Amino acid sequence: MSLLAGQVATIAGRSVQRTFRQPAVMIANVSFPLLLLAVNSNGLRAATHLPGFPTNSFLDFFLPFSFMQGAIFAALVAGTDLGRDIDTGFLNRLALTPMRGAALLFGQLGGGLALAAIQAAVYLTVGLAFGARFGSGPIGIVVFLVLAMTIALAFGSLGLVIALRAGSGEGVQSSFPLLFFLLLISSMNLPRNLISVDWFRIAATLNPVSYMIEGMRSLIIEGWNGTALGLGFLFALLLLAGGLGASALSLRTRMART
Amino acid sequence: MSSASRLSVAYAVVYRYARIQISNPSLFVPYLLFPLMSFMAYAGGLSRLRSIPGFHYTGGYTSFQFVFVLLQSAAFGGVFTGFSVARDFEYGFARRLLIAAPRRSGLVLGYVGAALLRWTIVATVVTAVGLAARMHIGGNGIEIVGLYTLGAIVNIAFTLWAAGVALRTRSIQSGPLMQTPVFLLLFLAPVYVPIGLLKGWIHAAARANPMTYLLDAGRGFIAGEDTHVLLAFAAGLGLAVLFSLWALRGLQRAEAAGGG
Repeated sequence: MSLLAGQVATIAGRSVQRTFRQPAVMIANVSFPLLLLAVNSNGLRAATHLPGFPTNSFLDFFLPFSFMQGAIFAALVAGTDLGRDIDTGFLNRLALTPMRGAALLFGQLGGGLALAAIQAAVYLTVGLAFGARFGSGPIGIVVFLVLAMTIALAFGSLGLVIALRAGSGEGVQSSFPLLFFLLLISSMNLPRNLISVDWFRIAATLNPVSYMIEGMRSLIIEGWNGTALGLGFLFALLLLAGGLGASALSLRTRMART
Repeated sequence: MSSASRLSVAYAVVYRYARIQISNPSLFVPYLLFPLMSFMAYAGGLSRLRSIPGFHYTGGYTSFQFVFVLLQSAAFGGVFTGFSVARDFEYGFARRLLIAAPRRSGLVLGYVGAALLRWTIVATVVTAVGLAARMHIGGNGIEIVGLYTLGAIVNIAFTLWAAGVALRTRSIQSGPLMQTPVFLLLFLAPVYVPIGLLKGWIHAAARANPMTYLLDAGRGFIAGEDTHVLLAFAAGLGLAVLFSLWALRGLQRAEAAGGG
């Protein structure tokens, strides 16, 4: 194993352990999106009567929302852990060791990613048990999970940027409304062509989260839609690259301060 | 004398929480943003739902969602106050508060006063945004007073609920315990469409949910078509009485534990 890979594994192992040591956080983060899925997939079922609605199952339509919310929680977990490390001085002590910045960043994503993997398994199982059907078949489910994990990784990197800028776990937690806002102002509840308020439709079209949701949704509802899937992966990878780049810059600034 | 000392304790608590909110915008801003974001997302993103067959509400979708967001902000105002109470216990301040207060029931009254003050500000901002979004108001002055009175009752009831939890657990870790039942009550009501359009288990849950009648009455008030008014006030006041007993029993538990 190369030196960098070893360092990533060490930090990631610590991050995963920290996440699993907080069952209350795990349970809340897994159950809350499920609760919303149960309530909204029934409460908004009437929306399937709208002319042009792409499916007659609101569960199929809404299932990707749980994965997106899971990605936001992954951002909060990764960011809060790093914020706490900054707060407690652990990062300062780490700066005195030969640990490389890249190893720290990739490793810190481990906890959030582990949580996202558990969430994905739970949401998929619950979705399938309650009648969600993947138009893209079993291979589509695998692609769906790959996309969901890429999105979780991308949001996790965003969590790192927030932590490095805020410098505390509390700062990361208080960014939750902002991250949730990205979700609310997307096509999560209705397809963009059925949103009748102009400003909202424009905001949802400009919001990359809409394309991530639509990418996942296409695998369930449509089967294989190359454009939707491509855009979903593209925006997830762009966010990941942007998040890692910005966190590398922020880490350099933070290290210079110590 | 005793009611005067109770009021002076309550005033001190309200003053303290108001000071904390002013000096820590990070505590107040999320509470203000949450209903505004919900309003934007629901009234903006879901307005097409008004064209579903069977959606008969004369006030328009913006008003339909405004009432939900107003009551949601009232309920979560109570929950956020519960967080502050729990934080006071966790950091040991509440122990000093219990020693200093000649009439401790004034503390609960103070929590309610602080929550109402905070909600008044949020309700004003949410209303201003609603008006800017050209929401239709068909109700007369008395009906609008009725709507905000319902909001105040919801705020008082859920403050007492959250304070009761905080006084028992005396830890901020109990946050999910305070907010999850409130969240469930709110979202198991007809949030997006009228109850007639809900099908299956969620329809049965909404029928049994007191929040459904509060929402219906509020939506009726703003549209100028009174619906379930007596039932709504009875449900709201019933919750407030029930949760005041819950909070006062919680206070006794906290006293017995020495505030620690």
